[in-house]
Amino acid sequence: MELNANIPEGPIEKKWDKHRFDEKLVNPNNKRKYRVIVVGSGLAGAAASASLAELGYDVACFCYQDSPRRAHSIAAQGGINAAKNYHNDGDSVHRLFYDTVKGGDFRSREANVYRLAQISNNIIDQCVAQGVPFAREYGGLLDNRSFGGAQVSRTFYARGQTGQQLLLGAYQALERQIGLGKVEMFTRHEMVELIVVDGRAKGIVTRDMVTGVIESHVADAVCLATGGYGNVFYLATYAKGCNGSAAWRAYQKGAAFANPCYTQIHPTCIPVTGDHQSKLTLMSESLRNDGRIWVPMKAGDKRPARDIPEAERDYYLERKYPSFGNLAPRDISSRAAKQVCDEGRGVGETGRGVNLDFAEAIGRLGKDKIEEKYGNLFEMYERITDEDPYKMPMRIYPASHYTMGGLWVDYNLMTTIPGLFCMGEANFSDHGANRLGASALMQGLADGYFVLPATIGGYLAGIKPGTRIKPDAPEVKAAEAAALERQERLFAIKGKQSPTDFHRQLGKIMWEHCGMGRTEAGLKAALKKIPELREQFYQDLCLPGTGADVNQTLELAGRVADFLELGELMCLDALERRESCGGHFREEWQTDEGEALRDDENFCHVAAWEFTGAGKTPKRHVEQLNFENVHLATRSYK
Amino acid sequence: MAKSLNITLHVWRQKNAADPGRFVDYPAKGISTEMSFLEMLDVVNEALIHKGEDPIVFDHDCREGICGACNLVINGRPHGPKQRTTTCQLHMRSFEDGASITIEPVRAEAFPIVKDLMVNRGAFDRIIQAGGFISVATGCSVEANATQVPKTNADLAMDAAACIGCGACVAACPNASAMLFVAAKVSHLALLPQGQPERYTRAQAMVRQMDAEGFGTCTNHGECESVCPKGITLDNIARMNRDFIKASISLR
Repeated sequence: MELNANIPEGPIEKKWDKHRFDEKLVNPNNKRKYRVIVVGSGLAGAAASASLAELGYDVACFCYQDSPRRAHSIAAQGGINAAKNYHNDGDSVHRLFYDTVKGGDFRSREANVYRLAQISNNIIDQCVAQGVPFAREYGGLLDNRSFGGAQVSRTFYARGQTGQQLLLGAYQALERQIGLGKVEMFTRHEMVELIVVDGRAKGIVTRDMVTGVIESHVADAVCLATGGYGNVFYLATYAKGCNGSAAWRAYQKGAAFANPCYTQIHPTCIPVTGDHQSKLTLMSESLRNDGRIWVPMKAGDKRPARDIPEAERDYYLERKYPSFGNLAPRDISSRAAKQVCDEGRGVGETGRGVNLDFAEAIGRLGKDKIEEKYGNLFEMYERITDEDPYKMPMRIYPASHYTMGGLWVDYNLMTTIPGLFCMGEANFSDHGANRLGASALMQGLADGYFVLPATIGGYLAGIKPGTRIKPDAPEVKAAEAAALERQERLFAIKGKQSPTDFHRQLGKIMWEHCGMGRTEAGLKAALKKIPELREQFYQDLCLPGTGADVNQTLELAGRVADFLELGELMCLDALERRESCGGHFREEWQTDEGEALRDDENFCHVAAWEFTGAGKTPKRHVEQLNFENVHLATRSYK
Repeated sequence: MAKSLNITLHVWRQKNAADPGRFVDYPAKGISTEMSFLEMLDVVNEALIHKGEDPIVFDHDCREGICGACNLVINGRPHGPKQRTTTCQLHMRSFEDGASITIEPVRAEAFPIVKDLMVNRGAFDRIIQAGGFISVATGCSVEANATQVPKTNADLAMDAAACIGCGACVAACPNASAMLFVAAKVSHLALLPQGQPERYTRAQAMVRQMDAEGFGTCTNHGECESVCPKGITLDNIARMNRDFIKASISLR
């Protein structure tokens, strides 16, 4: 397997322009002759489907939800970054690029990140034109707020529902194209296999989640925009349906999986209350603009928060990182929260929580101002916990939130399977080992609106129009048979434990050994436990009903089966990366102050894993990362 | 502090669109008041799966009140007893020990039942296809700050745009009207300068599609507003009606 990132020559500022000029173009009259499949309808998928259809391509878009408007991008709260410098506070494309590379702990590809920063401004223009109701100042101009890991105000937002509004913008653009007959939309369809012919992606097999019909869809290119795999931890801020199965099918068909161990554990989520818990809810990072994070000085101090005097509180982020304070990046804030809880200073019934306190901000700005800024988040917190955050601090704790790892892609967003592209959270390219807040929305929309529509032409121009494979080709039938066989295998087990039973157990293993702190011994233990659990799964899974109609247990079983393999790859990757960087914290590699200690000499690279067959150890390939525009430095937020 | 509840559920079970359907009773014991309503259903479903029986099918996804997938009708009220709260954010502390809870799907001709509590809300997507957008293609937009938008308008547009498309408004309406849903989108776009060029054609096209989908008409009951988990107000319907009437006169 060869990893050629296809980064254009020339100075970094000119690469994207040069590349777009150098790419072959598809004749406008020929575009409709190319069918492009997009899997997923979140920010990246909906934006790409709409934009490709506008260009004239024949597009088919698939989602597992009942409507494309429900993809989990909708739940992003805080905002989207762009280098507009509307506040005259020194922002620029270069600074956004720099912050993102540094925030990613120098493990992302410079050229991709620079392009992302360049495109960020176009995204805001595009969204405003679509009618996204961004927050405005009294003069009618766009408002901004600050986010973690940056010292400029560059985050655009729509109350606490920025993801929702951006997704609805992309969804409306998509629905417009569906109405015009340019996009064929398949809702309640799940991709169950990738069709590869002569080494090229030529279509997908789907299961209709209402009728159970397994059918093939052939195309000239396939684009995955299927999101991240953070549900491998069972408890996560992801939607219940989010899964890694489409990416996993692609991996098993030859797409390299890059940096699977890079997961983001978000610092501000509502803590777990009990075993019944089915998911965790995020409280937007934007709250850290005004909320102050603290725990008691003394271990085991169980007094109510308001009874603890100032002198006996430890505002640990402000103490450790005076220049960034409560806006320290996510990986650092999460680790710091874990540390203080490990010291016995956590709050709440379980002791796994820290205070996020608004008393000072309410005193300074007034309750009305706080309500205007964060009202919906406060309401959400109260609905879930039955506690009023205007009166007592919120309690928060880190939770699985995003995966920086994903399918390896080159500069064109193409995976190692020609014709298979990957966008948004599903790919690995832009965030390195840690993603900064308000950058996921930026990347999803950059990939969907601007990057893929520009780069896919270069691939399609090399394919003769009208040479698409026939739906009855042997490769297509074989892919269908493989998907059906996988399903039948699950029904045949007839055991006693539900898919959720296994998912919970896997989540516990992953959280304990491959969560915020990782060690060689822990990872080795996980690499023993996961295959055992997987074996048990194939002996004791209980799966009622049939595959012939709606069967949500079957859907879950298929996803858990894939997580049981993906989790193992994550642990293997974490074991082999013998350094700490960003969200990947190997306890053996830390500074005297407990910060992540990178090993640039040996690990300044992307690890991309090649599938070598079921039950075989995958092969680790390396893409060296070169930093020519940002100097490799120890990340400091002090 | 968490308490434990023993409750009885009366749940609508229906194999598919052709099946007449019926209520089935399920006891739910030892339910923690910390659980969300859907987590309570998870407990019931897990028990059914362990017995090898078909679990209750219902739509859900984000479980944080924003995707709009869940839309159960609980004791006759869409999303249950709590104001401005989706089913997934409803917690069991809203119920008493020994309670008897009826759970039904949204019942509306335009939302055919798929299975059990799951319905097909494709009609909402088709209404958006008819005009719920601003016709701009990617790449042809102007600098974002070139057009100022008064803060009041931006805020009102955001209020309307907060709709999650769950269909509670349809479920609550005695006429199964979708006016609140349609009005929210019409208002969101009509309140912004970018939405002006298509303002009247949009209102007309969306209302026509709504009628074609088989939703009823609005007779000002206001039930939709009272159950909307996102607080979309009736003002939006008034705004849409004005635009629709203007359109019928000026676009003849």
